Amino acid sequence: MKASIYVTLKEGVLDPQGEAVKKSLHLLGYDNVDEVRMGKYIEIWLQGSDPKKTVRELEEMSDKLLANPVIEKFRVELEGE
Amino acid sequence: MRELSYQEMGLPEEEYEQIKTIMGREPNYLELGMWAVMWSEHCGYKNSRPLLKQFPTEGPQVIQGPGENAGVVDIGDGQALVFKIESHNHPSAIEPYQGAATGVGGIVRDIFTMGARPIALLNSLRFGELDDPQVRELFAGVVAGIAGYGNCLGIPTVAGEVYFHPSYKGNPLVNAMCVGLVNIDEIALAVASEAGSPIMMVGAKTGRDGIHGATFASEELSESSREKRPSVQVGDPFMEKLLIEACLELIQEDLVAGMQDLGAAGLTSSIAETAGKKGMGVEIDVLRVPRREKGMTPYEVMISESQERMLIVPRQGKEQRIKEIFAKWGLDATVIGQVTDSGMFRVFEGERLAGEVPVESLTGGCPVYTRVGEEPPYYREYRSFNPDSLPPYSYQKALEELLGTPSIASKRWVYTQYDYQVMTNTAVVPGDGDAAVLRVKGTAKGVAMTTDGNSRLVYLDPYQGGKLAVCEAARNLACVGARPLALTNCLNFGSPEKPHIYWQMKNAIRGMAEAARVLDTPVVSGNVSLYNETAAGAIYPTPVIGMVGLINDIEHRCDMGFKQEGDIIVMLGRRRDELGGSEYLYRCHGVESGAVPVADLDEEKRLIELLLELIREGVLCSCHDISDGGLAVALAESALKGQKGFEIQVTDNGRPLDGILFSEAPGRVVVSFKDNQMIAVKEKAGQYGIGIQVLGEVKGEDMVLKCAKKEVIRLSLEQAGKIWGEAIECCMK
Repeated sequence: MKASIYVTLKEGVLDPQGEAVKKSLHLLGYDNVDEVRMGKYIEIWLQGSDPKKTVRELEEMSDKLLANPVIEKFRVELEGE
Repeated sequence: MRELSYQEMGLPEEEYEQIKTIMGREPNYLELGMWAVMWSEHCGYKNSRPLLKQFPTEGPQVIQGPGENAGVVDIGDGQALVFKIESHNHPSAIEPYQGAATGVGGIVRDIFTMGARPIALLNSLRFGELDDPQVRELFAGVVAGIAGYGNCLGIPTVAGEVYFHPSYKGNPLVNAMCVGLVNIDEIALAVASEAGSPIMMVGAKTGRDGIHGATFASEELSESSREKRPSVQVGDPFMEKLLIEACLELIQEDLVAGMQDLGAAGLTSSIAETAGKKGMGVEIDVLRVPRREKGMTPYEVMISESQERMLIVPRQGKEQRIKEIFAKWGLDATVIGQVTDSGMFRVFEGERLAGEVPVESLTGGCPVYTRVGEEPPYYREYRSFNPDSLPPYSYQKALEELLGTPSIASKRWVYTQYDYQVMTNTAVVPGDGDAAVLRVKGTAKGVAMTTDGNSRLVYLDPYQGGKLAVCEAARNLACVGARPLALTNCLNFGSPEKPHIYWQMKNAIRGMAEAARVLDTPVVSGNVSLYNETAAGAIYPTPVIGMVGLINDIEHRCDMGFKQEGDIIVMLGRRRDELGGSEYLYRCHGVESGAVPVADLDEEKRLIELLLELIREGVLCSCHDISDGGLAVALAESALKGQKGFEIQVTDNGRPLDGILFSEAPGRVVVSFKDNQMIAVKEKAGQYGIGIQVLGEVKGEDMVLKCAKKEVIRLSLEQAGKIWGEAIECCMK
């Protein structure tokens, strides 16, 4: 199975990287850009027969390692689901 | 966001009553929030103020003592050092990387707010033991956070200390110190001005970051701290760099009447402290505060702790020029209100008056508690413990174990993450000497700096331990050839409401004050961090000393490494075999006990003068103070730094050798020099009334310690280097 995990900053947490990208987009002339929030996208290939259990496992991985739950949130998607 | 009650904001009932009396009515939610943050321990020093009064704060070298953003000491030629240490313990426990990073950001702002260019960063860190994966995560995160922020700013992180002890598990200590350089005629103070002056805000936009940071810092850490987590602040070092450059330019052009950074308690605190100083009032409109998030209430805007923001009160008519300078650096400066002569702090939301509080009571009216401490039962018990009752332990094994103890082992894993050479002024880098030395470009001068604090000694005997912390810092500076000038301190303790903790605090402060007075190193700035407790109990009482010193000619400096085969090695200072509170007792016998060695302040002062003279005259080849791990570890560190072995003879003095080898008693240093200097050293030591023990010589590639011609310890440089050099790396793999 292939899983996709999206890790993004929680609402309200300052995103200096996003701010820098927004500024650069403005410099390139894209004045219509209001806000940029950066995050990361992780692909994981793994074994498993029970999708529910696998999602739970992936959420655990995200909580423990892939995301920093203090400032980030995540969303898990299992392909073909 | 759910509204908190006054208790949840950390205000006890009697204080709430007092607030009602001052206001003549019930405060509304915004006002209550303002009171709560300003009357927290963090801002109001309500438990520590009476104790802090004991510190000496004056001296001919002091230009600015406590009460400003940072202390200032004269270093001659019209120049001064501006410095301060501050804690960021609780935020780092919650989010180690950002907590430590924003701790660095905060202390740097304190320095450039005074008009000084930050030239160096230091830190003092405490964690639980490294065999715990959670501790390793905290340790790695904190170090990375300090590195990430400091390196981006281009300010070298030049010195620090790290200790590991179970009492810090779950409540690490992250104390950051910054040193800045300023021309005396350009020092800026946070004083605002006459009525009618506009108040400007510049830097990052305001979000909901760190709401309740200051009240949170004054609470014990518990499981429910997790719920308060959304308040984590995130640092933006690039924004800070722009602020440094822009603000220093404003000061150079003499455009500001008052400047204040926004730290704990955000706008509330910085405005109150700027306006409150001269009995002025202030009016601001929260709608004019640039925001990052939608729907923020006046309450949230007023107590937000978003980082990288500054408050500026321009000189009359200079507003436009200030805006131009900020625009040049890509920053927006916004007028958010003005100074008044009403004595009231009025917060408007557009036309609506959202709250008003008398400024004077907000800052100066904070209640002060003089508590009665109580001597804990452990004190007498530990003091009467006699280490001679312990079974013998192999000296060889003891040295190897001590060298491999993370608290003593090389901190290379830590400092290699820091850029300690940026600005190209660092002359003694981390790991090379007892303190960092930086050159002051354009002069022959050097400045030295260090952070020190051994909490086990303070725990066992707060009064003696407090004295020892100051002594060690001063001795470390003398070991690199610098005259100690003044100190800053960060007082990390548990809850002052507990009589035993208050007793620790009271006595540690008394000891520090006494040592600072005798050694002529006044306290010019500092910070108090209380309530450092978890469910498992309080941390060891940890007062941390940050001290700066001056070398008139930087060529006359010294490091700790042995230089040449055949050089004589001696110990300067009295032979003392006391083992109380030593790392040796802890590591090798599992005992944290014993009478803490007493510091002889007068002797310490004479030793400092002796070292300064010997280094100035170029007599010494190496100099290293005896502290954690005792004489044996000091010798090993000098050997490892210089990659030269030694052969030493010690006498048994009628008791086991562990005393001479591992005692951490103060007032002693290991020095080496050319053999033809023997007479000079003896003569000078005699003049200053300092004892001298000839130990042996620099020799070969092994560390050899003998007693009565019999080898007691033999350890090759390679082996010792492996144990000492890789201990922390191994844990962190």
